Amino acid sequence: MSGGRSAPAHGADVIARTSAEVVGTSPVERTGADEAFEIEQELMTINLGPHHPATHGVLRLLVALEGEVVRDLKPIIGYVHTGIEKNCEEKSYWKAIPFVERMDYLSYFFNAQAFCGCVEKLLELDIPPRAKYLRVIHLELNRLHSHLVWLGTSALDLGAMSMFFYCFRDRDRILDIFEMSTGQRMHTRYFQVGGVIQDIPLGFERKLRAFLKEFPSRVDQYEALLTNNEIFLHRTKDIGIVPRERLLELGVTGPLLRAAGEPWDLRKVSPYLAYGDFDFKIPIGTVGDGWDRFIVRIQEMRESVKIIEQALDGLPEGPWIADDRKVVLPPRHELGTSMESLIHHFKLVTEGFRVPPGEVYYPIEAPRGELGCFIVADGSAKPARVHFREPSFVNLQALRDMCVGDYVADLIMNLAMLDPVLGGIDR
Amino acid sequence: MEIKREKVRSALPLDEPPAPSNLRIRQLRARDLLRGELSEEELEQLVSEQTFTTRLDKVLNWGRANAVFPATFGLACCAIEMMSIVSPRYDIARFGAEAMRASPRQADLLILSGRVSIKMAPVVRRLYDQMLEPKWVMSMGACSSSGGMFQNYAVVQGADKFLPVDIHVPGCPPRPEAVLYGFNKLQRMIQGNPDPGWRARYNAHGTEEWAREYGTLTDEAREAYAAAHEAAKQAADLIPEEAEAEAGASPEERTEPVAGRSGRGVGRFI
Amino acid sequence: MPDAAGLELIAAEINERHPGAILGTYYEHDQACLIAEPEKIREVLAWLRDTPGQEYTFLASVHGADYLPAVPRFGVHYELLNMARVERIRVRAAVHDPAAEGGPYPLGEEPLPEVPSITDEWPTANHQEREVYDMFGIVFRGHPDLRRILMPEDYVGWPQRRDFPIGGEPVIFTNNEREVPGWTQ
Repeated sequence: MSGGRSAPAHGADVIARTSAEVVGTSPVERTGADEAFEIEQELMTINLGPHHPATHGVLRLLVALEGEVVRDLKPIIGYVHTGIEKNCEEKSYWKAIPFVERMDYLSYFFNAQAFCGCVEKLLELDIPPRAKYLRVIHLELNRLHSHLVWLGTSALDLGAMSMFFYCFRDRDRILDIFEMSTGQRMHTRYFQVGGVIQDIPLGFERKLRAFLKEFPSRVDQYEALLTNNEIFLHRTKDIGIVPRERLLELGVTGPLLRAAGEPWDLRKVSPYLAYGDFDFKIPIGTVGDGWDRFIVRIQEMRESVKIIEQALDGLPEGPWIADDRKVVLPPRHELGTSMESLIHHFKLVTEGFRVPPGEVYYPIEAPRGELGCFIVADGSAKPARVHFREPSFVNLQALRDMCVGDYVADLIMNLAMLDPVLGGIDR
Repeated sequence: MEIKREKVRSALPLDEPPAPSNLRIRQLRARDLLRGELSEEELEQLVSEQTFTTRLDKVLNWGRANAVFPATFGLACCAIEMMSIVSPRYDIARFGAEAMRASPRQADLLILSGRVSIKMAPVVRRLYDQMLEPKWVMSMGACSSSGGMFQNYAVVQGADKFLPVDIHVPGCPPRPEAVLYGFNKLQRMIQGNPDPGWRARYNAHGTEEWAREYGTLTDEAREAYAAAHEAAKQAADLIPEEAEAEAGASPEERTEPVAGRSGRGVGRFI
Repeated sequence: MPDAAGLELIAAEINERHPGAILGTYYEHDQACLIAEPEKIREVLAWLRDTPGQEYTFLASVHGADYLPAVPRFGVHYELLNMARVERIRVRAAVHDPAAEGGPYPLGEEPLPEVPSITDEWPTANHQEREVYDMFGIVFRGHPDLRRILMPEDYVGWPQRRDFPIGGEPVIFTNNEREVPGWTQ
């Protein structure tokens, strides 16, 4: 089977490829019959999804097949289009945070950080250092969580059932930590404009440290199961390669771009929050095949653990939310004694805060690439336009280049290593 | 490493395993039964001790409730929490529903996990129609139950607008424990009340799909099917008291149309 | 980011090369933005990409916005990035709404604004231009496959325009259940 693999081809030159190249390696050609040659040239269009267990959601793909080889591929999306951007225009700024969290449902802290960071930039509001560190801790835990779900489901697609159970076991531990600090497993609404809504509770650090101590050994176990696994190598090595230049043209960012050898990580090149304070590395790949994408994400998990450890060690004391009463809710205990606080509270809850007119594009590094939030403020308490540049949406355009010329089974692998989240694609 | 196993003792004396001597006696009696050596009253006693009688549909529903095959069908955020009910911590295998089926033809529980957009609604409806009878739908989370927070142009405000939902699980997203609880409720529903009467409510007679095509059946069987179908339709159209009243009424009275309860149509609400 | 003076220099140089291409600039929150004439957007983006010393080669995002009371009504934003210097610049094509003149049009039959597509030179814009078309009804001339991407293909209307109602259904409480024609009756 592996002997029949034609070299992966990319982009427009696929159409120009003569069918003779393909036929030369196909089993049908060996019969030598002319009818077989005719059949070989016929393309069959099949429909994958929107209900398909390996598409990670409701992605629909129209695939043109020549035998078992993918000749063309067209994603059809929009099956979970939710109109979140429109909904945000109807809500005041602080009420829009729960909406944006539900876009890319595996990286909810990142969505909230992109939105809050954007509003903070519009307000020119500085957040206290403790809030920055707490945000970094939660963002990186969220990155671990997102990569764990990716690893579990992707390995499941490639036939490694047990990985799913191991990854979800560890994911649940991360969610326990989220639940401890925020009260929710998913969609926590922990990040506020101006900081975070609450300080971390007692015992949080101990629990987190216990997790951090154990987690690298878990990653070792995953690697022992997969990294040099022969079946896994056969499925992923040298498949789905797209050259770096083409990826940049397609606007691909995140682990996909890093796997192709481009060390581009917004945490490093333009540090936001407190990322400038930490010592971490950017894992990059060499070829950009499926295996590189896998190993880059695995190494990213190790780096995230390092970042969280450093953030815990250096966690500054002090307030966890900015002291700007025009933007931030007053502390609860003041409401009973201070008339002014009560008025501020009332104004913030009923109307929200006003944001001066302006436009800001605020990019951060999400688990899947550059997540940018673009807000147009018109001076009122509601945004005039909220747009999210979702990495999954842009990265999905590279799927055609990855898959054309390979087998259908490789399509599943490519999709798994692309790691699209349909909530992010459709918004 | 030495593994110590402690004997698990049940709190209820009824569940205690029988003593070994007891077991030996029962074995001998079973052997005698097979040999035909038991006398009349001994046989009577043995049968009354070792068997119980029930209705066939009860057994069927018991089996259905404890071997539900959910469809692997994720829509949005809730899909991640739905996946984790299979995970080691929550482990839906305890309730006999760990066999997730990717094809709707093999599944009998559709978990709507997430928001249903207007583009997705026809697809969901089609998936539902492709599932074989009997089938159940769980609407997981606020979005598929009522549209949730997304009151806008793109989201269907509740999945029960276009397919019958048996059970709603609240939450955004619901915790896996909540899904399990909802699933247990559904199991109880399957055992106790297998026909929730939605076909009458949604005017959906004739949408059933059966495992076997009508064409492969004999003529008698087809007639029996049609008669049963007609009977089921009539039974579902009438609420019980009215059906009784109709049975007892004279033919002249029966010609009047049967009005639904409080003007809500001729449905039966559970 | 180019600073405010650098932005003015860029604008002047583009206007020298392509007269009338840049309508204005603004610089706020440390972010630079050029307002461009939509018909010349291809030239502006190509200049920013190819001119030595600029080299904004990475197109991070394309998105639309509706500034309803303002004229021109629409904006299509192109977020450009220079990866070597980590500098971003935003180009906003200020698009007039042709439906502003002339009578009120029925939904789905209004004339649509047009912008040249940049998909052939920046392949990443493919899906994003389709999304802008889907949400705002801005036609990208020369796009290879301009269809709705997120909404169903038979959908009528441009949902993320400011004058498009948000939709949804009224929530029924006991106090308004008689006014709302619902499906419960």
